[in-house]
Amino acid sequence: MELRIVLRGALSGAFAGLLGFVFATIFAEPLIDRAITYEAGRTAVLDQLNVAAGRTTSAEGPEIFSRTIQSTVGAATGVVAFSAAMGALVAVAYVVLHGRFGVQPRTTAWLIAGFGFLGIYALPFAKYPANPPAIGHDFTIGTRGTLYLTLVAASLILLGLAFALARRLQRTMTQVAATVTAAVAFLVVFGVLVGLLPSLGHLSANVAASTDFGFARAATETPQPITNILSKALTIDGRQYAPGQIVYPGFDADLLWKFRWYAILNQLLIWTTIALVFGTLLQRFLSGPAEKPAPAGGRPADLAAAR
Amino acid sequence: MSSASAPSLGRSKLAVSPQAISASRAAFVIGVTLLMALAAYYFVGVDEGTTSVFGKTLVLHEWVHDSRHLLGFPCH
Repeated sequence: MELRIVLRGALSGAFAGLLGFVFATIFAEPLIDRAITYEAGRTAVLDQLNVAAGRTTSAEGPEIFSRTIQSTVGAATGVVAFSAAMGALVAVAYVVLHGRFGVQPRTTAWLIAGFGFLGIYALPFAKYPANPPAIGHDFTIGTRGTLYLTLVAASLILLGLAFALARRLQRTMTQVAATVTAAVAFLVVFGVLVGLLPSLGHLSANVAASTDFGFARAATETPQPITNILSKALTIDGRQYAPGQIVYPGFDADLLWKFRWYAILNQLLIWTTIALVFGTLLQRFLSGPAEKPAPAGGRPADLAAAR
Repeated sequence: MSSASAPSLGRSKLAVSPQAISASRAAFVIGVTLLMALAAYYFVGVDEGTTSVFGKTLVLHEWVHDSRHLLGFPCH
């Protein structure tokens, strides 16, 4: 039974991933392309600036796959694999929690998917949101990855504790009061945690890089305008830039907002689809074992009748 | 596998406890699924970035590049 439930979860997830990929192709890929165009222009300007100032230039990453491959089969693999894994995790959580709450299997599945969306994506997003290409420094990837995964794990653990607290409080309070109390307790602890975790722009590597072209101090790693940080004028492409003058603009704020908005909608789509499809499959699987042989055996007869 | 409980209903002479079988089996299924799901999460989101099991080839990183950005994982 467990295996069949888990397979249903993974299947729901894979289906959700396909929808997520279609959504991403329509809404997010054009934005990713614009971000990459910005990044390419930025890298070129930085190289010219560093050459003009007599500093070292950074080596560019290799292009292993074309953008076409990356934005189609590459993106599809990533989104579908991620979603299938999330569907399987929801199913595993269901198997563990099966029959403990005295509610419909479907309701439990929806709750788990809701908590999954919050813990794995929405809550970590509050501190370390999704970023388009061009945002995120190569030299901080290790720290950023650790911080992000730490916050994902902490969000899931705190959500679990909040849920347990709500159940405990229900013995002495009404359900609404218990839920609100647990939610407030969660927000306080989560808020303290988010406050304690460092903002990415304040990582020591970024503070150290602020004397380089294009890495002005900021709370995040979102590219600031590239300015001439030297005390003498620099000439780029025949144009002269005075000290402090902007050479290349910062990252487009509207583009960033749109990308993050679609990233959230994409996850909402994935988790909602997992909840609905897995909930329905689960309900059908658990409530109708007696009916199961009937459709299988009855199929030829149905076909015969249809003819 | 999952039909193990179905024949036992018919042949109740077999004194096999279905609970015991399904408990260890459940633990096995859950364990394998957890492992595979976490591996998928890791390879889609983290490998050849924060840490890497394939070295610094960037092949996997480049392949899932767009989804890594969209799914909210730290990237460059």
